[in-house]
Amino acid sequence: MKWTRRDVLKGLGGIPILGAVWWAGASNAVSKRRKRSEILERLNIQPSLPPSVPTIGGDPIRVGIIGFGIRGEQLCRSLGFATNEWKEAMKLAAQEDSKHSALKDFMNQDKLNVRLAGVCDIFDVRAEKALASFNTDDNKIKRYKTHQEMIRSGEIDAVVIATPDHWHAPMSIDALENGVNVYVEKPMTHTVEETYRLKKAAQKSKAVFQVGHQHRQTMSFRTAQDIISKGVIGHISLIQTNTNRNDDNGAWNYEIHEKASPQTIDWDMFLGSAPKIPFNKNHFFRWRKWWAYGSGLSGDLLTHDYDRLNCVLKMGIPNSVMASGGIYTHNDGRNVPDVLQANMEFTNFSTGSSQVEGKEKGMTFVYSATLGNGFNRPTILMGHDGTMELGNRLTIWPDGSSTKYAEMLEGDKMNPRTPIYQYDPGANSPDAVSSATSQYFADKGLMWTYIDGKRVDSTFLHMREWLSVIRNGGKVSCGIQEGFEEAIAAHMTGLSWKLGRRIDWDVENDKIKTIEGIDFDQVLLADPFAKSEELEPDIISQV
Amino acid sequence: MSASNRKWELRHSVALLRVFIGWHFLYEGVIKIYNPDWTSFGYLATAQGPLKPFFIWISQEPLIDWADSLNWMALMFVGITLLLGVFERMGALAGVLLLALYYLAHPSFPWLPQVNVEGSYWFVNKNLIELAACLVLYKLPTGETFGLAAVFKKRKEAQTKTQ
Repeated sequence: MKWTRRDVLKGLGGIPILGAVWWAGASNAVSKRRKRSEILERLNIQPSLPPSVPTIGGDPIRVGIIGFGIRGEQLCRSLGFATNEWKEAMKLAAQEDSKHSALKDFMNQDKLNVRLAGVCDIFDVRAEKALASFNTDDNKIKRYKTHQEMIRSGEIDAVVIATPDHWHAPMSIDALENGVNVYVEKPMTHTVEETYRLKKAAQKSKAVFQVGHQHRQTMSFRTAQDIISKGVIGHISLIQTNTNRNDDNGAWNYEIHEKASPQTIDWDMFLGSAPKIPFNKNHFFRWRKWWAYGSGLSGDLLTHDYDRLNCVLKMGIPNSVMASGGIYTHNDGRNVPDVLQANMEFTNFSTGSSQVEGKEKGMTFVYSATLGNGFNRPTILMGHDGTMELGNRLTIWPDGSSTKYAEMLEGDKMNPRTPIYQYDPGANSPDAVSSATSQYFADKGLMWTYIDGKRVDSTFLHMREWLSVIRNGGKVSCGIQEGFEEAIAAHMTGLSWKLGRRIDWDVENDKIKTIEGIDFDQVLLADPFAKSEELEPDIISQV
Repeated sequence: MSASNRKWELRHSVALLRVFIGWHFLYEGVIKIYNPDWTSFGYLATAQGPLKPFFIWISQEPLIDWADSLNWMALMFVGITLLLGVFERMGALAGVLLLALYYLAHPSFPWLPQVNVEGSYWFVNKNLIELAACLVLYKLPTGETFGLAAVFKKRKEAQTKTQ
């Protein structure tokens, strides 16, 4: 057999091509990986795992729900109790759209060692709805006419408060003074005075107190803490965070129930400390729109954003707040603004510095909200060395003029347009240099919702933590100090908007700096559009 | 060497096509092997079209690990067989199967939003065209024109002669 050069080329020519392609692919992938691990090593970020809490052993904790409205029902689901109506509706939704997994997620949720032992709602329809679904052989539930009765019954270990804002503090204080554990929705309080009273009650009580800022359980926020503490993005001078909503529900125009009447609603109890006005369904179901019971954007939504950042940065109460805004989209009789901008100054705050000592200090936190547009503006933390976008997913870009990364930027190892880090709780590993593809998939929210193939509800984690601390001791992540800071920041914003002036915090005396002739709580509760020169709270009765 | 041998014929074009497709598959396979973090999760979890439930099912644990491993193995198999010109018909068939799965996970149907594509397609996209090309490779093996099959053939011829 004679082999010509041509025969060899014909027969074996594929081998060098194979070798070349293999070498190119391998060296490409390896160098990308090396670049990635070099950046990751430099950043040294530890993505956090879901926190493990000690199991809730012993007899089931007897929980009572106060306020079984929209949020109350959601909180009960996080505790493992869904109404039959909701299950039926979610079943239908899943039949229509296979992607709709609310029911499946609920069924997959870990069971908590609790008994829903009591419900208290001043609207008969809601209380009866809870009884109809939750009174089963394994779970005996009782209706209490008032929260006082529930708290003093001796049959309830812990209460979940999901009422209008003006009832948060009175109910929390009453429960804490009677040794009953409290999970209260945000904002923690409705006035400045009760914020201090609640703080005292919580510090004195042996009962566990948690404010419902479930964002603290989100994995990316826990990872963000690590990133900030390592100075990855350097000194942060500006934070922008936003609310963007454009629908009736988002503007608090909730449905008014057909069976609502003075016969089915305990109107006096609803009013509580609020000005006495005749029965008004609109006020009952859409209470968030009036300062007498709610606190609009500053109490309802700013508090979420403020606390999300406070949990990462621990920046505390702002030195001063200036707010502006108005009612520009929903001129429907409400007296809380639907557009609000709040600038909070933290003059002495720093997240560390990569420059000359003393050069970098202070930060502004900008909250910008509208209920008239739903375009998604993300939360952005702007540091000298980098920018962080913080949501369920977390992305970091280096800054083109960073001091810390100057060398890597010069050596083309970093690029201001390319993220240096992306944390996606649903993806299987941190991604240093994100591709357009992974960006797209993550933007669709497909990745972060899956942790070990399961969607995880942060409210569930937040309540589980509270229950575990009740049983085993320890510390909750949003206790009285965090709640105090959240409430004061919200009240300062509300006051600034209402008074049209800057509100300062007196650090030494731990109180809002007094303004002569102004009673802060009176201002907070008043109707800013009342046709009177005096800001009297009872003017609201004329609305 | 006859004059016809030097002429560029259909088999030469097909052999070139085969090398290019093999090249493409091999490269896709190799970069996946050398990147331990690579996963097809995103591609499968965002699947569209009639087979969406099937792909979503695969994207879950523990199937996803199998899907990832089988994917790079199949890519390498197609790449190596087509590049070397040996077992090329099996390689072409595996290529057809693989491309059909890629196409069906994200079909270019006009009523579906086009995810992550660089170009405009109406039913037919690059996956489908490459699939058709693999069908050609299956029908027209060219390993004897360029590939290891030529070596085997020569040895076989030599053996027959000596016998």
